[in-house]
Amino acid sequence: MLSDKERTEIEEHSRHYPRKQAAVIEALKVVQSHRGYVSDENVKDIAEFLEMTPDEVDSVATFYNLIFRKPVGEHVILLCDSVSCWIMGYETIMDHLRAKLKIEPGQTTEDGKFTLLTIPCLGACDRAPAMMIDNDLHGNLTVQKIDEILKKYK
Amino acid sequence: MVKITIDGNVYEVDPKDNLLQTILSLGLDLPYFCWHPALGSVGSCRQCAVKKYSGEDDQKGRIVMACMEPVVDGMRISVNDPEVKDFRANIIELLMTNHPHDCPVCDEGGECHLQDVTLMSGHNYRQFDFNKRTHNNQYLGPFINHEMNRCIQCYRCVRFYREYAGGRDFNVFSSRNRVFFGRYEDGVLENEFSGNLAEVCPTGVFTDKTYKQHFTRKWDLTTAPSICHNCSLGCNIIAGERYGTIRRIASRYNGKVNGYFICDRGRFGYEYVNSDQRIREPLRRGQASGRLEPVDRETVFNYFKKIFDKKPRLLGIGSPKASLESNHALQMLVGKENFFAGVSAVEHQLTLKAIQILKEGPAEVPSLRETEKADTVLILGEDVTNTAPMLALSLRQASRQKPMELPIKMNVPTWHEMAVLELMQDERSPFFVLTPTETKLDDIATAVYRNAPDNIARLAHAVAHYIDSAAPEVENLSEEETELVKQIAENLLSSKQPLIVSGTSCLNESLLEAAANITRALKKRQKSPWIFLTVPEANSVGLALLDEKDLNQAIEKALSDSYDALIILENDLYRRIEEDKANKLFDAFEHVIVLHYLHNSTTDKANLVVPVGPFSESDGTLVNNEGRAQRFYQVFYPGDSVKESWRWLGQIITGHGLNGRSELSKLDDFIEALVRDFPELKAVKDLAPNADFRIAGQKIPRQSHRYSGRTSMNANVNVSEPKPPEDEDSPMSFTMEGYQGMPPSPFISRFWYPGWNSVQAVNKFQIEVGGALRGGDPGLRVFEPQTDSDAPYYTRIPEAFKPQKDQWFAIPVFHIFGSDELSIYTPGVAELAPKPYLLLNQKDAESFSGEKVNVLLDGKQIELTVKTSSSFPSGMVGIPFGLPEMKIFKFPNWVKISG
Ligand code: SF4
Ligand code: SF4
Ligand code: FES
Ligand code: FES
Repeated sequence: MLSDKERTEIEEHSRHYPRKQAAVIEALKVVQSHRGYVSDENVKDIAEFLEMTPDEVDSVATFYNLIFRKPVGEHVILLCDSVSCWIMGYETIMDHLRAKLKIEPGQTTEDGKFTLLTIPCLGACDRAPAMMIDNDLHGNLTVQKIDEILKKYK
Repeated sequence: MVKITIDGNVYEVDPKDNLLQTILSLGLDLPYFCWHPALGSVGSCRQCAVKKYSGEDDQKGRIVMACMEPVVDGMRISVNDPEVKDFRANIIELLMTNHPHDCPVCDEGGECHLQDVTLMSGHNYRQFDFNKRTHNNQYLGPFINHEMNRCIQCYRCVRFYREYAGGRDFNVFSSRNRVFFGRYEDGVLENEFSGNLAEVCPTGVFTDKTYKQHFTRKWDLTTAPSICHNCSLGCNIIAGERYGTIRRIASRYNGKVNGYFICDRGRFGYEYVNSDQRIREPLRRGQASGRLEPVDRETVFNYFKKIFDKKPRLLGIGSPKASLESNHALQMLVGKENFFAGVSAVEHQLTLKAIQILKEGPAEVPSLRETEKADTVLILGEDVTNTAPMLALSLRQASRQKPMELPIKMNVPTWHEMAVLELMQDERSPFFVLTPTETKLDDIATAVYRNAPDNIARLAHAVAHYIDSAAPEVENLSEEETELVKQIAENLLSSKQPLIVSGTSCLNESLLEAAANITRALKKRQKSPWIFLTVPEANSVGLALLDEKDLNQAIEKALSDSYDALIILENDLYRRIEEDKANKLFDAFEHVIVLHYLHNSTTDKANLVVPVGPFSESDGTLVNNEGRAQRFYQVFYPGDSVKESWRWLGQIITGHGLNGRSELSKLDDFIEALVRDFPELKAVKDLAPNADFRIAGQKIPRQSHRYSGRTSMNANVNVSEPKPPEDEDSPMSFTMEGYQGMPPSPFISRFWYPGWNSVQAVNKFQIEVGGALRGGDPGLRVFEPQTDSDAPYYTRIPEAFKPQKDQWFAIPVFHIFGSDELSIYTPGVAELAPKPYLLLNQKDAESFSGEKVNVLLDGKQIELTVKTSSSFPSGMVGIPFGLPEMKIFKFPNWVKISG
């Protein structure tokens, strides 16, 4: 079931379009902002609300890799693995994160704090290697810096 | 016509198609995946690359996708340029990086477009030595198997399912090399045309699950051109056999009838042929046991001999599921005056009426495929998805006809699928669905109108009157109805190609008359309307052309006159009339002889059962709903006991010296006799060359030249290979011997061409891709509408439907899976058939307390679960037609309900 708040927010978005189905991306973002991810049930709820089939909603949801269809940790780390960051040695950062958090990319720490994902280019090539945690961008990463940064999200 | 140069050769072509289609129409080979002639071009697979040169001096050229290129005058291209060949080999290599290369265990293997294109493109060695991504497969219902790893992302499936067939429970998910084609979650595919995925998908992702149960490679099938017997449209099919069982049905392209596709009832509803209920030897009711016991062929003839010794009077009952030849043979045996169509009076009258309307004109009668070109559609009473499924698919295309004007106006080629859809958005042709129940075409309708059949007829008559005031007037329509009448009429008048669709399933003659009146009114206003009427069964029209007398008259006659024996042809009378009436008929006879292929309530009454071949083991001719006669051919030889009905009957006729006419042994003799008695059916003779036809002195083989196991497949019976059966009825052989080239179109039993093993080989069989088959599409009309006629208006306007206090007006509700007598023998069809129910308007249902009600029908009480609908007309009940558990066939009818 969508909450009243989610409904209102989705309705608000759909008003900007000639047909409400066009707001499906926004609807997915709304639900994710409230719940951290979009569950199977949420897909059906959104489908019903926008008069779509779950197949139609999920086609959109699964296309975007920043719509999470599985639960994620409290904080989502998006580490860039694209070319500039690769040249600047993102692999060391990745190894460090894996060792420190004891997870592989795509996994969530046991305490549910962090999910580690890779992302191709954050548009911060001038500060490579770069990563994003939630909505914060962190550039010029070094192993030492990582420890500092992660502390902030405890 | 324009001139284009391909690899130095100059061709003159019509620039209407894209370059790929044009190249294929010229008979050249060019690999492709995503383009499909019925779907259009999206340019997504990059497989159809060619070099295009900008002028005479351009030596380098540039690589373009042929499917996305319009054909222009003076165009110079190369298909064989080394660079572009490399490019195509690279593309297929990339597409194959995630493909499992599991051809040996893949049902597509041996008829796979991916195999063909890989070979054609010259990618022979794998270099990709990384892990392949894998997917989980889904359960998609009883008909379609899913094996996602084989996907090469051409997007044909999703384009067919969603855009072409209108299904919404299927999609593409995820992105990049993880894209997944399937459903949101496991479950039965809801669309009635899902089976076409098996042919649309160029790989083994979607395959026929019923075929999988008894799989055999395409090259090991014995195949014959056939006609679907599961509704009145007569879609063309290819039936394939091995070891005496039918293994699958595939669509057989016919540019006039079904085009590339068939419906799921047609594709999967074949398993009755393999059923354990099949009658495979003659049966006689034992005097002591009272049960049917196997006897030999001689006993059958002796049985008849005994009857004939008494110079008997025989009463014959034909069937709308049996061929013209078989019905006519029975007619010859019993005499015309003693032959009756084996259908109820209501049904027969309606079919005759439909024929009359079609013949009288002045409306033109489009073929099934032509209906796609209508730009305004009015449906009267018929839930076509459930009564004539492929018509629903065609009408869905018609709903795009009017908005197609937009891309045409903007110079966007109509084959440019994505651009066209983008331009159309939600625009649809004017489309009106006037039916008692909800339909699966409501989603594309401009307006729907739910009411009782009589009220729909009234509204339709009012439309005719609006168009031409000389048509009879209808009084007491509501304001809304008057509005709708106006809207429909104005749209019909402003359309280029209006189409009126109706049919017999509402069992309402006024509906047919109203449909006729609308076309007549339109004609008066200088329009050239189309009319398309559906009828109950595969040969309803053929049967009605042979005889106007129906089953009710047969019963009267049997009870009033004295007859010696009753002969029933391929028919279960308990599905035609009320049980007590059928019982009365049987009680009136000492000898009941039934020719059938399945045990049923009618064979239960028989003293003698004659084993006859269903479509798979018979040749014959059917006449479809538009009056098109089409020939179907026997697929395999079923042994010495099972024979075509006409052959049995012919032997009985000649055996007793009854014919006094000519020879009656081969199919051609029966066609000759038919045409002599019914000159109006003379087209039947011209449907295909006769049995003497040869190409280069050879027959046309039903088996491919790769057919395997022939010398050993019967080794358990006899180590020496038996003499193959001979076909004296057609120019086809039952074996692989014969002419291996392209046969005349009526004898196409497989689409195969060197290098083209998949169904895509159909390109090679067409004059131009997507058009008629070489030599013309098979099938001929036995009657044409009289388009210059001045047929008068029908003047009888029905009274408005009035709900009654203590009884309910029962109409049949049709189901693609469940309403048909034979397809339900397929376990998957039975699984998808509804459970018995009673449909009521939501408000009406409130007056009953429980979920179940008792229905009193013809003196019988049955308990049914209530299903409600807010739009179903009040005062009526809907009863699912034909479900084996229900056996209710008397419609329309007034019934009582309690509970
Ligand atoms: S499943 Fe078949 S039709 Fe669909 S995209 Fe894949 S290969 Fe093409
Ligand atoms: S539409 Fe009718 S004739 Fe065509 S395949 Fe389906 S059941 Fe057979
Ligand atoms: S490549 Fe890492 S931010 Fe651009
Ligand atoms: S067929 Fe032309 S790009 Fe796919």
